Amino acid sequence: MEPIVKVTGLTKSFKHITAVQDLSFSVNEGDVYGFLGQNGAGKSTTIRMLATLIRPTQGSIEIFGRPLLTNRNEILRQVGAVIEKPDVYKYLSAYENLELFARLSGVKVSREKLMQQLDKVGLSHRAKDTVKTFSQGMKQRLGIAIALVHDPKLIILDEPTNGLDPQGIADIRNLVLHLSRDLKKTVIVSSHLLNEIEQVASRVLIIDKGRKIIEGNAADLFDPAQTIVELQTFDNVYAIQQLQLSAWSKHLQPQRDTAILIRLDRQQIPQLHRDLVDMDIQLLSLQPRHSLEDYFLQVTSGNQHVDTYSN
Amino acid sequence: MWTLIQIELFKIFRRPRTYIAFAAITGLIGIIQFGLKLDGAAYIDFMMRDINSSITVEGKILNGYQVCYISLQVLLVHVPLLIALVAADMISGEANMGTLRIMLTKPISRTRFLLAKFLAATAYTFLLLVWLAILALLLNMLIFGTDDLFLLKSDYVVLLKKDDIFWRYIWAFAFAMLAMTTVASLGFLFSLFAENSIGPIVATMSVIIFFTILSTLNIPVFNKLKPFLFTTHMIGWKEFFDIKVNDANEAIVGSIQNPQKIITSALVLMAHIVGFVTAAVVIFKRKDVLS
Repeated sequence: MEPIVKVTGLTKSFKHITAVQDLSFSVNEGDVYGFLGQNGAGKSTTIRMLATLIRPTQGSIEIFGRPLLTNRNEILRQVGAVIEKPDVYKYLSAYENLELFARLSGVKVSREKLMQQLDKVGLSHRAKDTVKTFSQGMKQRLGIAIALVHDPKLIILDEPTNGLDPQGIADIRNLVLHLSRDLKKTVIVSSHLLNEIEQVASRVLIIDKGRKIIEGNAADLFDPAQTIVELQTFDNVYAIQQLQLSAWSKHLQPQRDTAILIRLDRQQIPQLHRDLVDMDIQLLSLQPRHSLEDYFLQVTSGNQHVDTYSN
Repeated sequence: MWTLIQIELFKIFRRPRTYIAFAAITGLIGIIQFGLKLDGAAYIDFMMRDINSSITVEGKILNGYQVCYISLQVLLVHVPLLIALVAADMISGEANMGTLRIMLTKPISRTRFLLAKFLAATAYTFLLLVWLAILALLLNMLIFGTDDLFLLKSDYVVLLKKDDIFWRYIWAFAFAMLAMTTVASLGFLFSLFAENSIGPIVATMSVIIFFTILSTLNIPVFNKLKPFLFTTHMIGWKEFFDIKVNDANEAIVGSIQNPQKIITSALVLMAHIVGFVTAAVVIFKRKDVLS
């Protein structure tokens, strides 16, 4: 199946900072694609590149099988996005905002349909009120209504639960599941909350310091029987060569610093150990990580603490 | 494009700050009208104090045309600030509200988006000047009546016949539109570089004040610069009120003393508008939206 979004070698540098580095991933039709990383990991920069707000320094983005930069308008007609905060015109009413953005999206939507859209996000009773009187949760819901008003195929939600109370977070989670299961939309949702992504995503990408750490099916990544093993060897180049030639090649993960990462079932660890000895790989250490959450916390532990919110 | 312009105008005229400029012009014109209605004779006496002994003027000097000229002289110096209030907010205001992000994720090219915004700012400028014309010209004609226009220049006087004035005001307002659009385009360009409106508004006014000072300073080293400063040409509307005279030193009705000067000024202003807007489009197309 052709992916709906295909990102290859994406890099974005700002003067002296490289926010995203050589990032590649793909999103298939119908996926709820969880984009996970701590604050400052490069999630928003990547999402802004997907939404054409930022130009990549290097790399390519294809959406619906076409290069984004040369087919921007055609592609964006089928994309709905809420980037960071759902900022809309505070001096306009919810209805006026929705109508305005529907027109900007190139669709003519009847008053009845606009009201239905507001009703879906629970705002029809406040349709005539100016947005400046709205709570953060209501603004978020209006932002999502705006992202959906032109019936897009692909929906991009950047940190949609930021600033919401537990009920608001649950509402957004249910909405994402509804979009995917009932309306068959493809959703990319970013978050720094592992728990949030775990509950909605069918596929997950974890990034840190602008680099891909791991990508895979959520069911596999969040499987408690699965684990990540970190190897330290005397000669990593030789070790990787040997592993790539062996049955372990499909278990190899992108290398992080000096560690070789292998993803496997916990019960396969003794076999891995035996094979490493057979391959004459001189091992310094072999360290299993207990779960994806533990691994996520370990690889993304930096200056900022990663929030593993659960309600 | 028309839809985009409609949306931009809708947004402009739904913001309370838009009406500050209309209210300010109404208030300022009102004050001038009130003052001149109350004590206009004293003002005219003061104006004529140096030439009263050499010239006798018959008729009503303080008429609607005279009051309009006085109003424009005063107001056209300050209107740029009112224009900058909206034009310099066009992009920076969206960045500040965060709406620039959502706007630019819609299927509209950045060039069209920017041009629609500029055209909306131009439409606002036009409406502001129409409002100024209604109050300063038409209302003053109603309040003060009409008669010949008597103007004191630095080393001569101009007397325009009553029937030879109205068309000059129409052209003067059209020229003022060009001058104010230049201000709007400068404010518009500055609005790309900030995420709040204050910076671009202050920057626009600072450039105008700085250039105006350079334009008025009679220092040889600055004189070479003057033809290239848009502020030098912004007062070109006054040229419509200078008339040609024949060999008998009689005014030629319907003439303009130096039409070439007006054309040159208009071309310089247009070049500035095109330059500022083109620069804005080029910069904006490559700009990363980080707000």
